Amino acid sequence: MSHERSAQLLEDRIEEWQAWVRRRQAIDATDLEELEDHLRSQVADLRESGLDEEEAFLIAVKRLGELDALSREFAREHSERLWKRLVVAETGEGRSDRTREALAAVSLAIGAALAVKVPELFGLALDGSAVAESFYLRNVSLLVLPFLAGYFAWKRGLDTSDLLRLALPFLAGALAMNLYPFAPGGSTEILAALHLPMALWFAVGFGYVGGAWRNHDQRMNFVRFSGEWFIYFVLIALGGGVLMMFTLFIFGAIGFDAEWLLESWILPCGAAGAAIVAGWLVEAKQSVIENMAPVLTLLFTPLFTLMLLAFIVTMIWTGSGIAVEREVLIGFDLLLVLVVGLLLYSISARDPRAEPGPFDALQLVLVICALLVDALALWAILARISAFGFTPNRVAALGENLILVVNLAGSAVLYARFLRRKTGFAPLERWQTAYLPVYAVWAWIVVLVFPLVFHFD
Amino acid sequence: MDIGKDLVAASATPLVLAILSEGESYGYAIIKRVDELSRGELQWTDGMLYPVLHRLERNGLVEATWGRSESGRRRKYYRITDDGSAELAIQQQQWRVVNETLRSTPFMSFQLAPQGI
Repeated sequence: MSHERSAQLLEDRIEEWQAWVRRRQAIDATDLEELEDHLRSQVADLRESGLDEEEAFLIAVKRLGELDALSREFAREHSERLWKRLVVAETGEGRSDRTREALAAVSLAIGAALAVKVPELFGLALDGSAVAESFYLRNVSLLVLPFLAGYFAWKRGLDTSDLLRLALPFLAGALAMNLYPFAPGGSTEILAALHLPMALWFAVGFGYVGGAWRNHDQRMNFVRFSGEWFIYFVLIALGGGVLMMFTLFIFGAIGFDAEWLLESWILPCGAAGAAIVAGWLVEAKQSVIENMAPVLTLLFTPLFTLMLLAFIVTMIWTGSGIAVEREVLIGFDLLLVLVVGLLLYSISARDPRAEPGPFDALQLVLVICALLVDALALWAILARISAFGFTPNRVAALGENLILVVNLAGSAVLYARFLRRKTGFAPLERWQTAYLPVYAVWAWIVVLVFPLVFHFD
Repeated sequence: MDIGKDLVAASATPLVLAILSEGESYGYAIIKRVDELSRGELQWTDGMLYPVLHRLERNGLVEATWGRSESGRRRKYYRITDDGSAELAIQQQQWRVVNETLRSTPFMSFQLAPQGI
């Protein structure tokens, strides 16, 4: 064997060995470097004593110790490493990339935080008049979400035509929200304001998938992102709540009222910044930590199924129908949203190749219960609508109900087929991702078309 | 000679500190020095040295810097600190007591007799 070839062989073996060691969580990149230095010194000494590369390598690795035992020793000394760290990774390749990304994310977050204060320069202070309040109600998502969309546009390197397509929904939203002559305090204004964030979220999604919105895998990734984003946002909000509580408390202790500071700066700017930071954190950690949304789904699917079953049994037992109050329709809409959410996140985390299991059966029971309960509610509500006529609120709630019911009914059929092994799991996943544009279209209809149809009332 | 795990673990700290008190060194050289001092009688699993060094570093008994080897590879060098020297003095004291006690027992003096089993 020529000298170069055997030297190359040694490099290959060392590379393999590195890959093995790298899989151990307890041994980090600098430890690996240190161990490699040891290994190479040992190999060099053994070579001098007359062994060939292959033998020298094998003996050196053996002397280093069995990898399991070694990584146990490292873990005992560095137990913190078993808890995967998120933002503070100090070493390894791509460090400067990560710094650059953190910089971009933080500056965009600051941008969003300042953007919510810009209207104040034009006399629309947050603590001010009803005019200002209605302005913020309509425009808050337009002030914040462009920064999140911008982050993904930057991260994914969107080209000019995709950038224009990304800007279009924001422009349409801004025009509609500020040029439509909404009747003050009318339902169409509130409905549009509530649906705009959802409509714009799909625009963020367009940025997230880098323009490839037709790709179903990418759509599922966006669903996963949305769930994780929400969880991170809530966690940051909890931390922010603690911060504000203490701010009030310690300033109160010296007789200084800090409430204005919280209301006009920390709360709005913090929430806007948190929306961007949450997006960045989810993006940064995606491969590092187990996703939370599927874990919560796993916990709550059985509990919600049980609750709905108990509800149905109680209703049959007592024979009482659903009392149609104002909030009932919205309440049942939210219930369906929740069930669709549970379904979506358990689908998003499931291995599509796995055989049908008890959890799939449980999903089907949950979906059927939700459908039954909703059918009863829908019946009661339709009776009310036929008696009292249509209003924007009722049409919006009814439309959403129908959209969700169709999704659940489709899911039920596909789950049943899957459980009887007539099809694989893929059609279920496909059904959910194919259905996503329906939500987007509906949200945009409520924002753009409802005000026109109902005369901005 | 096969020395029990516990004894190796207990002796590792004073041994490493003592070797480092001769001057700055790095992992592989420390192992070689142990081998040399014990005339090959004390065999460690090489990799186990590093968690020991990291523990000493965390406790401030040694400090580490990254330098270069003769061939230009990155190498982590360890140096004993003042705290480390103080700790070494204490441990030497303790080992002397243990050693003397063992020697004075009739059982050990029998075992230690040079008979070359």
